[in-house]
Amino acid sequence: MATATAPKAPAADRGTPLVELRDMSIAFGGIKAVDHANVDLYPGEVMGLLGHNGAGKSTLIKILSGAYKRDTGSIIINGEEVTIANPRDAKKHGIETIYQTLALADNVDAAANLYLGRELLTSWGTLDDVAMEASARKVMGRLNPNFRRFKEPVKLLSGGQRQSVAIARAILFNARILVMDEPTAALGPQETSQVGELIQQLKQDGIGIFLIEHDIHNVFELCDRVCVMKNGQVVGTANVSDVSKDEVLGMIIAGKCPPGATPGLGAANL
Amino acid sequence: MSGNSETTTTAPATTPAKAGGVNAVEGPFTRFLRATEIDARLLGMIGALILIWTGFHLYGEIVNGIGFFLTPRNLWNLSVQTSSIGIMATGMVLVIVTRHIDLSVGSMLGFCAMVMAITQVWILPEYLGLGHPLIWIIAIVVGIVTGAIIGAFHGWLIAYRGIPAFIVTLGGLLAWRGMAFLLARGETISPVDSTFALLGGGPYGAIGSFWSWVIGVVCCIGIVVVILTGRKQRQRFEFPLRPVWAEWMLGVVGCGLILGFVMLVNSYPWPVGIVRQYAAANNITVPEDGLFISHGFAIPVLIMIAVGIFMTFLTTRTRFGRYVFAIGGNPEAAELAGINTRWVTLKIFALMGALVGLSAVVASARLNSATNNLGTLDELYVIAAAVIGGTSLSGGVGTIYGAILGALVMQSLQTGMVLIGFDAAIQQVVVGSVLVAAVWLDTIYRKRAN
Repeated sequence: MATATAPKAPAADRGTPLVELRDMSIAFGGIKAVDHANVDLYPGEVMGLLGHNGAGKSTLIKILSGAYKRDTGSIIINGEEVTIANPRDAKKHGIETIYQTLALADNVDAAANLYLGRELLTSWGTLDDVAMEASARKVMGRLNPNFRRFKEPVKLLSGGQRQSVAIARAILFNARILVMDEPTAALGPQETSQVGELIQQLKQDGIGIFLIEHDIHNVFELCDRVCVMKNGQVVGTANVSDVSKDEVLGMIIAGKCPPGATPGLGAANL
Repeated sequence: MSGNSETTTTAPATTPAKAGGVNAVEGPFTRFLRATEIDARLLGMIGALILIWTGFHLYGEIVNGIGFFLTPRNLWNLSVQTSSIGIMATGMVLVIVTRHIDLSVGSMLGFCAMVMAITQVWILPEYLGLGHPLIWIIAIVVGIVTGAIIGAFHGWLIAYRGIPAFIVTLGGLLAWRGMAFLLARGETISPVDSTFALLGGGPYGAIGSFWSWVIGVVCCIGIVVVILTGRKQRQRFEFPLRPVWAEWMLGVVGCGLILGFVMLVNSYPWPVGIVRQYAAANNITVPEDGLFISHGFAIPVLIMIAVGIFMTFLTTRTRFGRYVFAIGGNPEAAELAGINTRWVTLKIFALMGALVGLSAVVASARLNSATNNLGTLDELYVIAAAVIGGTSLSGGVGTIYGAILGALVMQSLQTGMVLIGFDAAIQQVVVGSVLVAAVWLDTIYRKRAN
């Protein structure tokens, strides 16, 4: 319950942010993977996290989803500081994550993966596989209508099918905050546009989305704001309407913060 | 089989969307497996078993003039001998599925047996009096709890202290054997409580023909109920159903196997000496041509079957089982999905320990004593049974029925070699080679399947 510091968000007053990551740091050995980063996210907004490989984007969101323990910093959800020590805590706060590696249990089927850790039970306390399969068919039908391989272990599925299982798992439980680490990496053009539609739909439901994405065109199409990271530090944060694609690329490559963006710690002094 | 499949593809292609998921080209054998949802590996194991059984029988008949293998007496004994390893193998499946190993089960078995023997022979008679009806129950509980505590301790070291399971249980292999020795200064403790001894089998440790039929019929009803409720559930959600002929076939074959097993154990009579003893004790006059009293199911076999059913239920129908397999498939993903993987690991080893305790009951009851070297090398037979039964050492794959069948295969080999007069050295060579060959075949099978 630390008293609020000066507001950092460049966006118009939209009330309290859904998530604030304040002063986050984490080091592995001597390497500062994330170095005093500040990021926030409002309801119904897509925040793009950009940067080179190794810039610290994935690490930062893994702290939010409970996979890593931060060294310093605080996580504030709806104005209240919360403790997230493991993935279970994150899920309790409505944070769902689609990991870059998908994090699927390869040897069980799609329904088992969708409900992993939150299985539906019968009144006898046993697994209700039939009910889980039924709802898996429903949600997969929405995401990927051609999907029919419900009985097979997910390791036998194609990359795109596996990706849709991972996405379905994240949206199945009414997340408030969605973290997507390169959700379209394994998808073809048609499925990519389906994910785009899905993101629009989720935004309208008031869900906040962190999106890690390398394709600059997708970023400008899908995101409301972008936050660029370099060497673990935030270069700057900007509304996509206030910056050009070239300026964002400049932030990613050179760490040069354009006038339209709010500079962070990592902004190069030119 | 693949020759046939080419002709079936001439049918007009269905919508491309439908063909995308399932292979449209498949032979009748594949179709059969798909319809009945029978694992090809299961059929392979049953085939191997039939081969071993008839092979030993024929060898005996041709070389020694008489085959002993396919007699009720031998098969009944085989079932009893399989129990101890079979019970432990069901737990080893979970351990190996989560990419761990437990090398300490043999030593733990020796230790648990010693603890139980001391409890029922040295301690309890002092307080309750010799032959008190509670003694055997308390002894069993003590044995199972001892096993569970040791297992939980191993699990804690592995899950919460990060020591590899191989090392923890290798240490356990030595430590618990030594502890068993220390407990009784190396003495053999015998005889155990007379009720306790029944759990090891023998003429009195079997349930007779009437109750065997009762159990057989109950199991058949169980199979029918499972098939019917499964079908109803799938109908409720309008999922694709198994063809009706496949349901019938599963039911008929399942019930047939069970009733056949009942007939088999009922056709093995008590030995003449035991019958005379029993008749004298109960004032029955034995007719001229002898009295036919069936053994029926041996109690240790029933224990193994009950454990098998319980463990199958645990692995396929509960959260715990689902987590075990998910951890085996991808430990990191399981953790990220919010599963408390350490706690599950600890529980797996505790369960393994409890099963070792139960197995120690069977093993020491069968021997009517606890010796210091009881269970020596059992860890290798247990691991071999699980692996021959299709449990993958790289994790994530394994079945309970497979492990029990694996134990049966191992025991069949040993029994068979004893019956035809191979000496111990050759037996070891054969069992070792079979283990390696089985895993090799399994590797080939898996490569093909992918």
